[in-house]
Amino acid sequence: MQIIESPEIYDVIIVGSGAGGGMATKQLADAGFNVAVVEAGPYFDPADPKTMTQLKWPYESPRRGANTDRAFGEWDMSYGDWEVEGEPYTHVEGTEFKWWRSRMLGGRTNHWGRISLRFGPKDFKGKTRDGYGEDWPIGYEDVKPYYDKLDKLIGVFGTNEGLENDPDGFFLPPPKPRLHELFYINGAKKAGIPVIPSRMSMLTKRINKDRGVCFYCGQCSRSCSVYADFSSGSCLIFPAQKSGGKVKLYVNAMVREVTTNAEGKATGVSYVNKEDRKEYKLRAKVVVLAASACSSARILLNSKSGQHPNGLGNSSNLVGKYLHDSTGSSAAGFIPALMNRDISYNEDGVGGMHVYSPWWGDNTKLDFPRGYHIEVWGGIGQPNYGFGFNPNDFNKFFGLRVGGYGDSLREDVKKYYGCVIGFGGRGEGIARKENYCEIDPTTVDQYGIPVLKFNYKWSDLEKRQAKHMQDTFEEIIHNMGGHYLGEKPGKEKNYGLNAPGEIIHEVGTTRMGNDPKTSVTNKFQQLHDVDNVFIVDAGPFVSQADKNCTWTILALSMRASDYIIQQLKQQSI
Amino acid sequence: MDRRKSIQTIILGAGASALAFHGCQTDVNKSGAAAVQPDPNYFGRTPKELERIEELHAKQLFNAHEMETIAVLSTVILPPNEPHGGPIEAQVPEFIEFMGKDIPELETTLLGGLMWLDHKSNTEFGVAFKSASLEQQKEICDQICWHDPEIPLDKQPLEIQFFALMRNLTVSGYYTSKVGIADLGYKGNMPNIWDGVPEEVLKQHGVAYDPEWIAKCVDQSKRHIVAQWDDDGNLLT
Repeated sequence: MQIIESPEIYDVIIVGSGAGGGMATKQLADAGFNVAVVEAGPYFDPADPKTMTQLKWPYESPRRGANTDRAFGEWDMSYGDWEVEGEPYTHVEGTEFKWWRSRMLGGRTNHWGRISLRFGPKDFKGKTRDGYGEDWPIGYEDVKPYYDKLDKLIGVFGTNEGLENDPDGFFLPPPKPRLHELFYINGAKKAGIPVIPSRMSMLTKRINKDRGVCFYCGQCSRSCSVYADFSSGSCLIFPAQKSGGKVKLYVNAMVREVTTNAEGKATGVSYVNKEDRKEYKLRAKVVVLAASACSSARILLNSKSGQHPNGLGNSSNLVGKYLHDSTGSSAAGFIPALMNRDISYNEDGVGGMHVYSPWWGDNTKLDFPRGYHIEVWGGIGQPNYGFGFNPNDFNKFFGLRVGGYGDSLREDVKKYYGCVIGFGGRGEGIARKENYCEIDPTTVDQYGIPVLKFNYKWSDLEKRQAKHMQDTFEEIIHNMGGHYLGEKPGKEKNYGLNAPGEIIHEVGTTRMGNDPKTSVTNKFQQLHDVDNVFIVDAGPFVSQADKNCTWTILALSMRASDYIIQQLKQQSI
Repeated sequence: MDRRKSIQTIILGAGASALAFHGCQTDVNKSGAAAVQPDPNYFGRTPKELERIEELHAKQLFNAHEMETIAVLSTVILPPNEPHGGPIEAQVPEFIEFMGKDIPELETTLLGGLMWLDHKSNTEFGVAFKSASLEQQKEICDQICWHDPEIPLDKQPLEIQFFALMRNLTVSGYYTSKVGIADLGYKGNMPNIWDGVPEEVLKQHGVAYDPEWIAKCVDQSKRHIVAQWDDDGNLLT
């Protein structure tokens, strides 16, 4: 079958519509450029009642919210999770990586936790600090102006605390803590662990006329129908269109490769239209990849040509290398002082935690080099499938029998509703060349595109960090007068360390640097090898921090977009 | 049991929640939430997901006798009360049937457990479980309803596993239903303005807000005033 070529030449093609792609779309369209956005999933608008899950009740579904179809439960707004039908990936034997993909306009920003943390000055200079990994070619001062603009453009609540490595910003005021969060604050402080208001991108206060203000349903993972939380479609792409930008959306369009000419410069992309299963070509002066760290690496590696026999931008052989996810280890505690709660009030709050603990430790005195922050969950949330399972398991803490039936079960459910507090440690692993994704020459997806094969192993550094998390959680639970639930994972279980990819913060596959031999892009996220190809997802990250990556993806995409605008205006690309 | 009817009931339930949504209060118009009307026929499924749900509805896991047995057993597990009903009003049997198909790992435990229940009842009382007297039913349940929480459930006899599963599905099915949520008293899942834990609840649990912390929190009376900052990041509005 012939490849169908479009005659139009766009200024910029942006592959992917998540955080990085959405920001590039907004910046470049606002600057007057003619932009095509190519998204592998369907169109999605959080306000569309057809697809909306916000404010649904469990009984509206026959499975009452169970996670059979969607890994995070059936109200979660991600089309696709660690598995996408017809789009497999493989592993080098004995290694593990789980790859989350959201196939929809806005990508993963439709369901993410909205935890919006700036990287701090130390986070850009890891090697200088402890000898591990590599320094970024840029520092906090390079990114700060963009974080500042970002805070005002998108909106993030939090507080200025004057912390060295958790920089202040332009915050909206945070919501008050919930009951269990007050217990956490007390328990953590007793252990010498600081707790501050969360920093998350929901609008607790109006920032413009176009977006609504949070109405506290606690369901940001369902994507907000009044656009009170940050999703890339509702907060970047739609506004870019609304303000008259030239934005052409190609949805259900799975990019196969970046096309190049005889000089090796990019000419556009080819993609498979998932609806008619035909291959198409789009042309542009500049190609911006924002397909996610691993997807962009895959596209580059699949873009082989005479000039780029190794894949595009891969003269260093580093595309796909240095893949790293945040570390994670979790625990939960039963807190007797939270029993028999008065639940005559609505405590849903914003989606996720109102308080958290930024990293407090001094790694020079610890047996692992990088930190982690603590996320907290609990409270009296909406019952869904699984609510009321083992309704009186906690009887065992009082020497009472577990099980039974009858009216007493109603009392058990109410007695124990909201008396569990959970913790997630989310930390920094070390970027290693040995952890990578590459093309699996033996496997294609249903569109005939070669898939990724992963090779990833944690080292002892990450395991020791997870042990520290577990010991910390145990201490905090103890300080709250609680009981650690389940068996505390020991060495044989890597201290509960999540499999790589499970925290869904994968970065590093096309890292930036000044030396083309040891990096894939320059400090403006431009391929060293091809000057009209940029990467604005988390691929160019040199290292993950003990922060979530989205706010930095956004800031860096804004920065790279400024550079592209400048270069296009100067006609130097 | 008419499957179509149970789908209809679910749809009706959804419509009712849309009504409740519109009936509610305060700040909603300003934040724009009321402008959005949930589609009661769709509950946010993709076409493919809906198709799968339809396929599951079309399949039959339990025969009429087994469905009646589930109805009887779930009612023994969680007897109805006033005014919030019980498993029948919460459509627990339909829910259990759906989950047995949706999560195939549950199927054998459920089917095998139901057979065990009748075998036991027939052996001891000469009558199927659903037709036994409440005392007889309880006598059987009493033998399988307790378990040692230190031993993983999958290492315990089938009938113990079966009862624990039925109890989980009954309690979860009830408390995720409209009547069950009313019985629980859950007040969320609707637009509101969060302004902290009520004072009496703080007192009940012996905690208090730190005034310094609260001073930094959102002043809800100003939530619709557009945010402005000075150059140092201090909020001015």
